[in-house]
Amino acid sequence: MTGLLMRGADKPKSVRRFTWDVTIYLILAAVLLVGFAINPEFGTAFNFSAILANMGEIMLIAMPMTLLIISGEIDLSVASIVGLSGVVFGYTYYFGGVPIAVAAALGILTGALCGALNGFLVAKLALGSLAVTIATLALFRGFATAILGNESVAEYPEAWTNFGYDTIGTSFIPRTFPLIVTFILLFAVLAHLTSFGRRVYGIGQNVEAARFAAISVTTYKWILFILTGTMSGVAGIVYTLRFSTAQWDNAIGLELAVISVVLLGGVSIFGGIGSIWGVVGAALLFGTLEALFNLQGISPNVFTVVTGVLLISAVVIPVALRRLNQAREFREGAKTRIPVDSSTGSRPKEPSGGS
Amino acid sequence: MAAGKASGEILLVRNANKRFGGVQALKDAKLTLRDGEIHALLGENGAGKSTLVKVLAGVHRLDSGTVELNGKPFIQGSPRAAMEQGITVIYQEPSLFPDLSLAENVFISRLPRKGVAITWAQTRDETKKLFDELGVDLNPERLARGLSIADQQVVEIAKALSLDASVILMDEPTAALTSSEVARLMSVMRKLAERGKCVVFVSHRLDEVFAVCSEVTVMRDGETVAESPIDKTSISEVIKWMVGRELKEMFPKVDAKVGATALEVKSLNSASEFKDVSLHVKKGEIVALAGLVGSGRSEVARAIFGVDPYDSGEVILNGQKLPPKRPKTSVARGLALVPEDRRQQGLFMISSVARNVAMEMLNRLSKLGFITNKQEINLTQKWQEKLQIKYSDPRAPVESLSGGNQQKSVLAKWLATDPDVLIVDEPTRGIDVATKAEVHRLLSQSAADGKAVLMISSELPEVLGMADRIYVMHEGRLTAEMARNEATQEKIMFAATGEKVAVAGKKR
Repeated sequence: MTGLLMRGADKPKSVRRFTWDVTIYLILAAVLLVGFAINPEFGTAFNFSAILANMGEIMLIAMPMTLLIISGEIDLSVASIVGLSGVVFGYTYYFGGVPIAVAAALGILTGALCGALNGFLVAKLALGSLAVTIATLALFRGFATAILGNESVAEYPEAWTNFGYDTIGTSFIPRTFPLIVTFILLFAVLAHLTSFGRRVYGIGQNVEAARFAAISVTTYKWILFILTGTMSGVAGIVYTLRFSTAQWDNAIGLELAVISVVLLGGVSIFGGIGSIWGVVGAALLFGTLEALFNLQGISPNVFTVVTGVLLISAVVIPVALRRLNQAREFREGAKTRIPVDSSTGSRPKEPSGGS
Repeated sequence: MAAGKASGEILLVRNANKRFGGVQALKDAKLTLRDGEIHALLGENGAGKSTLVKVLAGVHRLDSGTVELNGKPFIQGSPRAAMEQGITVIYQEPSLFPDLSLAENVFISRLPRKGVAITWAQTRDETKKLFDELGVDLNPERLARGLSIADQQVVEIAKALSLDASVILMDEPTAALTSSEVARLMSVMRKLAERGKCVVFVSHRLDEVFAVCSEVTVMRDGETVAESPIDKTSISEVIKWMVGRELKEMFPKVDAKVGATALEVKSLNSASEFKDVSLHVKKGEIVALAGLVGSGRSEVARAIFGVDPYDSGEVILNGQKLPPKRPKTSVARGLALVPEDRRQQGLFMISSVARNVAMEMLNRLSKLGFITNKQEINLTQKWQEKLQIKYSDPRAPVESLSGGNQQKSVLAKWLATDPDVLIVDEPTRGIDVATKAEVHRLLSQSAADGKAVLMISSELPEVLGMADRIYVMHEGRLTAEMARNEATQEKIMFAATGEKVAVAGKKR
């Protein structure tokens, strides 16, 4: 039925082939092949190093964002949290004189608190997450300005900034890479192999059924916002170290890239559908395309257009295929399977017999 | 059938058939309406009244049969065409435009104009005139926002008059009204009849029907079973017509050893939904909560389970007080609720059968919170065997199953938790006869296993066949409690429509 929209592993083999997460990796493979073919610089270690490093923060935030959108909510304030936690990190280290590890912890804690505030407003007070996080997007950015003004903190111990932009040994793998892979694995397990993950999908698919299934919807949503805030805090530290700069406008606009990647990865904006693997594939695709466009000297504006087209495809194609499937099913099953008459509002009349 | 007034037949429905999937909603139904009468259309939930009303409103189209209006064939299938032909339906909760004035609402489809300019004074004056004719005091210039339901209905009626409707159907209009509002609506209905309109009154409140109507048509299982002038019949005869279903399907309730009280509800109150509800269910018992749809039964179940809050009262499970608004605690202490609407409340439709069946067992199946598809599938296969659920693959989405098998999946999900008290809300609604019997067998087996079962059901044969004891609810209150051997369809229907049970006793 909705095979294309569903995470593969949970589905019968017959529908598993055409899932969107697989499609994403096929497109990624195609882009890589084209890249190797048309540009000699594309296949270099330096290029791949840059791709992985550039996608670092997006990947870190996209992981909890995937779960949050699956649960039916969204957080637009993540880039502001990245900025604010970086500012807290830089400020407490440079002006506050605390050890840098403590400053980093304070930055991440700031992210967690921001997430907790979003969660309180959305889950506890039942306000719309779109409106709430647009407001906190401005609020958190405002805090960042209030703390550092137009100053920036650019002096950090070399060992820490190396972590931000150096590679492991002589390889092309950024030092942040193991950290990011660890988080991807953690979130993949959380989403697909835990009771927590199962319930998050349930909440996103049907919040009323989730309440009848005795799931504490409020608590779950709150936890998801805190996770998103915390991971944005982590991304804030990574971002600050990578550019060796903490200032109020760090990562401005990054939320669009994060949400684009999540949706491109096959997560339904209506909740309930999606997978971590799809989002990881989408992030890699996003980064690879960006790098290829850069190398070819194509204007970033064109890249923006391509991203837009991909995003629309990611939203439209699954829906279109679903409608096609439904239409086909309706024709095939017209004799045995009668659609519920939505206009009646009365009890659904069921076909009889087995499926 | 009884002959009414000789003249003025305005609407004739003959041999009307309508089928939804496996359910025959109308079976050779007929309806005869005349000018200037107030005609009651009665029947149990699911008897076919609403389908018939919706056909006349232009929402549904008949599969076969004729509808004749003023001697001409009625054009079906378009609400707008229905309105233009002179049929208007007033629903229980009208949907006015809240930010427009009452006058604008009345004339919304054709505001009087001079050239391109709307003549507001004329709109207002004509609306005022209509309100005066109906004998209600409403300001045409106020906004519809905040208007009581009763007043909204009056605005809808004025709108019908302005469209020169000849038939005005009212679908349970009094369900949400206070007694003084009901009295005013009745006087409006009489005024409409005096003006030669035909008013159709769909209601479960037989006292109101007998107070205001002149004719009555009774439906049962999609058929028209009786037509009569109101003064030639009685409440008890009408109830007999409504419930006169044969108890041909057998619902075997195996005798079970009745044990200690498992669930006790003490004067539970919820401001808008129900009042002073006290009931108990013992281990091994199946207790039915009967009544009409909307009488507050589901709301009580939801409050007990903790999905909805309640204002006062207590729920005691296995001798321990159950905290309100804590479904998680309820489940942990051994309570299960199979909700009324399996699609909206019982299942995650696009998730697999296995995900759904294992949902309540996640804590018990998982180790340190980790769970695999394999564990869920194993559990599901175990319950597939027990409940004979038919599916192609446990990983198939539950929406691909038939209604009966979906319902079995919900039951499996809750039986897997091995609850002490099982509340089932309309457990066999919309499922085929064979699966129905299996669900009944399962409930009976659960009781035999020592579980306490509270079954909400609108189907009287099911209630009479399955229940050891029956509570009847009417408009948020328990109106009767009876043991299996003293219950009859008539007695339950009397209590469910708010009539005194004693009357039924006399008739028996």
